[in-house]
Amino acid sequence: MSARFKAGDRVRVRVGSPPGHLRTPLYIQGKIGSVERLHGDYRNPESLAHGGDGLPKQQLYLVRFAQPHVWPKYPGPPRDQLLIDIYEHWLEPA
Amino acid sequence: MHDDHHDNPHAPPTPDHPMTEFERRVDAVQALLIEKGLITADEVRRAVEEMDYRSPALGAKVIARAWVDPAFKSRLLANAKSAILELGIDVGELATIVAVENTEKVHHAVVCTLCSCYPRGLLGYPPDWYKSLNYRSRVVVDPRGVLKEFGLQLPPNVEVRVLDSTADMRYLVIPARPAGTDGMSEEELAGLITRDSMIGVAQARTPAKR
Amino acid sequence: MARVHDRGGWQGAGPVDKSEHQLSWWEKRTDAIATLLMTQKRVMRVDELRRAIESMEPAAYEGCKYYEKWLHAVETVMAEKGILKREETDRKVKELEAGG
Repeated sequence: MSARFKAGDRVRVRVGSPPGHLRTPLYIQGKIGSVERLHGDYRNPESLAHGGDGLPKQQLYLVRFAQPHVWPKYPGPPRDQLLIDIYEHWLEPA
Repeated sequence: MHDDHHDNPHAPPTPDHPMTEFERRVDAVQALLIEKGLITADEVRRAVEEMDYRSPALGAKVIARAWVDPAFKSRLLANAKSAILELGIDVGELATIVAVENTEKVHHAVVCTLCSCYPRGLLGYPPDWYKSLNYRSRVVVDPRGVLKEFGLQLPPNVEVRVLDSTADMRYLVIPARPAGTDGMSEEELAGLITRDSMIGVAQARTPAKR
Repeated sequence: MARVHDRGGWQGAGPVDKSEHQLSWWEKRTDAIATLLMTQKRVMRVDELRRAIESMEPAAYEGCKYYEKWLHAVETVMAEKGILKREETDRKVKELEAGG
């Protein structure tokens, strides 16, 4: 499957609480960041965790967020960053 | 101490305490999986030895090579598994190690807020604190506060980047090479590289502190 | 409402306890057995191990030691796949206790 996003794209993390296993932490849902790098295609852990085959594979992205955007009361300098690996189906263009 | 089993790897250490429910259960599960032909005692022993072989010393070798050889460092940043394999270390198949570089301007720290993902294939077992609820909760929201607890205070002009390992990637920090290390051998340099510096809660040691 | 394992940013978290302990013989074997099942034997995925741990009751998740959770997860997944039932293990524990 070809990647929907490329490095530098601004993306928003979807908000959701599907039943079962997921790897998108609550604290980053709804936040806006930029794609830092593409890791390649991986199987979906939400399916693998419950005996599924995790297919089709989808792109996994390292996404970078400004800390003060993620945490309104972030105590450090504003240029600090938080980077998280996020699966494509959790991202939408921002 | 539980080192007795190194003499006879098939025998558990003589317990110096009454066995806990957990310990009995581990024995039972292992015995049953062996009875059912799923695993053998030898395979378990070898898997334990595999993990014992992996340690921060292996990571330090990799980092030291990256410090002295810029082309190796580039290869390490591009594809850590294959670069590490050049040193005769096979990090295994369970996850993908990704190296990130600390500089004077950028400092990385690694966590797995959801569980305990860690570059075990190179560094071995993660420390207890890395797996703790407090580290997982706090290092994403107050990394400088947590680093301060580890004795590391970074100036505000250094960008702190926290990596939350939520998928298949296991991040390995290449700590910045300290000043005053010119002309040191790879082995000497490896002696400066600590496990904590490869997680990002510390910097590499400086020669004066050795 | 964050699930019990989804810990990033939780309020009230205290200082990081930096004390470390040497893994026991049993903890190492729990790790080894789980790793074998996930790699060489391919009867369990790491995602299944994680999911089984995450499904623990919150009090158990927070109270159990790290490898107690791994053992729980191995048992859960092995039972799901019909490889090893908990009752079998319960019986084996009694058998081993009796045997000394």
